Amino acid sequence: MLLTIRSLTKSFPGTKALDGVNFDLVAGEVHALLGENGAGKSTLIKCLTGAYRRDAGEIRLDGRAISPGSTSEAQDLGIGTVYQEVNLLANLTVAQNLTFGREPRRFGLVDGRAQKRAAEEMLQGYGLNIDVGRDLGSYSVAIQQIIAIARAVEVSGKVLILDEPTASLDAAEVAMLFDVVRRLRDRGLGIVFVSHFLDQVFALCDRLTVLRNGQHVVTERTDGLDRLALIHHMLGRELEAVETQGHAEGAGVQKPEMLRFDGMGRAGVIEPFDLKVRRGEVIGFAGLLGSGRTESAELLFGLRRARTGSARDTDGPLTIDTPQAAIAAGFGFAPEDRKTEGIVADLSIRENIILALQARRGWARRLPRAEQDRLAAQYIESLDIRTSDAEKPIGELSGGNQQKVVLARWLAMNPRFLILDEPTRGIDVGAHAEILKLIGRLTEDGMSVLIISSELDELVVAADRIIVVRDRRHVRELTGADLTADTILAAIAADDSPDESSGKNPVAIAAADAPKTAKEVR
Amino acid sequence: MMRSLKRVAPQLLTLVVLAALVSWFFPGFLRIELTDGRLVGPVIDILKRGAPVALLAVGMTLVVATGGIDLSVGTVMAITGAVAASALVSGWGVPVALVLAMGAGLAAGFWNGCLVSVLGIQPIVATLILMTAGRGIAQLITEGRILTFTDTGFGFLGSGSLMGIPVPTLLWVSTAVLVALLMRRTALGLLIEAVGVNRRASALAGVNARGLIIVVYMASGLCAALAGIIATADIRGADANNAGLWLELDAILAVVIGGNSLLGGRFSIAAAVLGAMIIQTINTGILLAGFPSEYNLVIKAVLVLAILMIQSPHLASEWALIRLQAERRRTVRGQEGTR
Ligand SMILES: Nc1ncnc2c1ncn2[C@@H]1O[C@H](COP(=O)(O)OP(=O)(O)OP(=O)(O)O)[C@@H](O)[C@H]1O
Ligand SMILES: [Mg+2]
Repeated sequence: MLLTIRSLTKSFPGTKALDGVNFDLVAGEVHALLGENGAGKSTLIKCLTGAYRRDAGEIRLDGRAISPGSTSEAQDLGIGTVYQEVNLLANLTVAQNLTFGREPRRFGLVDGRAQKRAAEEMLQGYGLNIDVGRDLGSYSVAIQQIIAIARAVEVSGKVLILDEPTASLDAAEVAMLFDVVRRLRDRGLGIVFVSHFLDQVFALCDRLTVLRNGQHVVTERTDGLDRLALIHHMLGRELEAVETQGHAEGAGVQKPEMLRFDGMGRAGVIEPFDLKVRRGEVIGFAGLLGSGRTESAELLFGLRRARTGSARDTDGPLTIDTPQAAIAAGFGFAPEDRKTEGIVADLSIRENIILALQARRGWARRLPRAEQDRLAAQYIESLDIRTSDAEKPIGELSGGNQQKVVLARWLAMNPRFLILDEPTRGIDVGAHAEILKLIGRLTEDGMSVLIISSELDELVVAADRIIVVRDRRHVRELTGADLTADTILAAIAADDSPDESSGKNPVAIAAADAPKTAKEVR
Repeated sequence: MMRSLKRVAPQLLTLVVLAALVSWFFPGFLRIELTDGRLVGPVIDILKRGAPVALLAVGMTLVVATGGIDLSVGTVMAITGAVAASALVSGWGVPVALVLAMGAGLAAGFWNGCLVSVLGIQPIVATLILMTAGRGIAQLITEGRILTFTDTGFGFLGSGSLMGIPVPTLLWVSTAVLVALLMRRTALGLLIEAVGVNRRASALAGVNARGLIIVVYMASGLCAALAGIIATADIRGADANNAGLWLELDAILAVVIGGNSLLGGRFSIAAAVLGAMIIQTINTGILLAGFPSEYNLVIKAVLVLAILMIQSPHLASEWALIRLQAERRRTVRGQEGTR
């Protein structure tokens, strides 16, 4: 047994996050750790890596009792971790991040060249064509995540822990990551894999352990396990099926047009595109990370100023050059990067929920406290946000529950056009179904929703119309019978512009084609 | 109410301990007498002398809550004092002098706020500009002299008293109460905290982060103007070189002793002004206790260090752990005892 955990217990004020949990990890296996949002997965991992101090229980590595007091201590013992939220330093270069704390030196100074070379070596086999001399922050969350993994693999020798590593990766990147993980497993590492994607769990993992409300429910081999049984273990109840919305031919056409964007664009960000939004319609943006999906949405919301184009609704032209203007026009935008753009960590759940509403009312008209409490209670209930109370700082919630609070912030605004960038990232199977149902209900009431998602199945279920974005252009619009995961994939992968060499394609495609070293591209 | 009391409990406790400590060396410390219709005594003296730093701390708290810092407040005191004094010397009267001085404070804050929020300059650098250049401006206004005046109406603001209480004390207390009420009765407090914790997320939620940042620096400038007016009124003259000298550091210290994080976010004005009173108690206490003056700064540094160490969040978690372990040991022993 590589790693054994016995009756691990950890409490936070008001919550018992872990209650006598047992967990075993064998060398050479990928072991999934599953459970609802707030079940205690991240807490278990943080106790293991010394980020939290456990209240009680025992951890043994190779039969020796260990008690790491910090993550670096855990690394020295051979336990490497990639956390749910990327926690590298965005303002350092990729190379500096990769070699942080172990920089190659010459004459006592950091040797920049050797550092770059080391970083490039570390990234080999991950198929990233990136310039390691650029700031980490200039790359997408997905690439940052892969870099974090590369770093953790490098520093850890025995145990590698991945807390929702694939939440922000697209299919090609996931496949690539799985190859890496399998290789590491075959090298004899014990790998803990946390994910809400059950398909991935079945594809990758040898065994799985389910937690519920901080307690160990079951540990089983993955092959032969029934999917529904697994969901039952996780939720403690059956999952209600989400009925797919009717994509009847032309169903959306009858709905009246509400908003219209013409020729919205900005050089170097996204080529000019048109977008019509009908009342009560769900539009999907599909495409690889970095294809321009998020950038399109940022233009629509005024987060980036469009250089060309105009917006109008049925009453006339709209000027949308700042988020405030967009909100005044009845737009909402739940961003992709929850940690830096979504949550206001030190503020309470209540304050996070009412923030946008309060900003719209202006500083002088404070939302009465009773009304704030009512809204908070309402959304905690309807989105099933797992918390001991509404006054808890949002930073102390589990990742999926933070996401729900950000959603609640916009739902409380009751916008007419809501943009959701990866709305279900990190959300468990039960809540995932709930949110898709909720989107359905909202559109019935006349709200229009734009969903950006890497999960094609989710788009297919939710959207009436899907726009495929590729190479910073809107390339196709799919409706009716074309709304299947396969047609979307084909549209994403198609190469219909002959003058383009594959080298110009986004990273992930290049990676899927053939791993190139960064040098070849430059 | 209970929550705000709990928030300022460490600062109140510190004050009590300090008072006890000073009384040990100087038994008459807590005595207050009524002479000529005025309250007098060391405590009253502290409440009066602490006024400039307390006022600066009010504005500084707001700036710090947005994750910024305002190094220019001491200099702004000198500028506004000079403006008020020269208005009085020119015979424009007290109301005009007050309006001009406060206008100068607001303008200084507007300048700082624009540098920080529009141009995106680091607050420490942005306010350093005015901190260094501002004394020069004040000297230009006073033409390099110490500008004295005899206006008793204006002097009343620095050394007068109302209902026995020194006017500076009334001014800082009412400013603190007003600003605290404004922050908590409106949504300003929440919005400022949100910007301080995560400016990008707040802006995305529609909070006017740029405007709020300018407003807090203007508030800081206005507080500095009030402090400058009091200091000038007290000595009936404007000293461009020495007015408010180094007081920005005391103000920052007061904010920190008040348990406000320099990284921004949650803030308490009450705790910050208590922090200012703690600093003034130390200053006055050292003198009263009769230590040779060359020890003053060292003793002050030691006391401040002790206060900050007791409040340190790192130590707090260590304390909690030690207590938890002790408790567990006790319960284990208890269980063994029953067996
Ligand atoms: N720092 C903290 N302070 C207080 N409570 C916390 C803290 N961290 C986690 N919790 C609580 O502990 C419980 C377990 O959280 P944890 O992050 O382990 O969940 P999780 O299983 O990782 O969920 P998710 O799938 O949403 O990431 C939650 O109820 C959470 O609110
Ligand atoms: Mg988690």
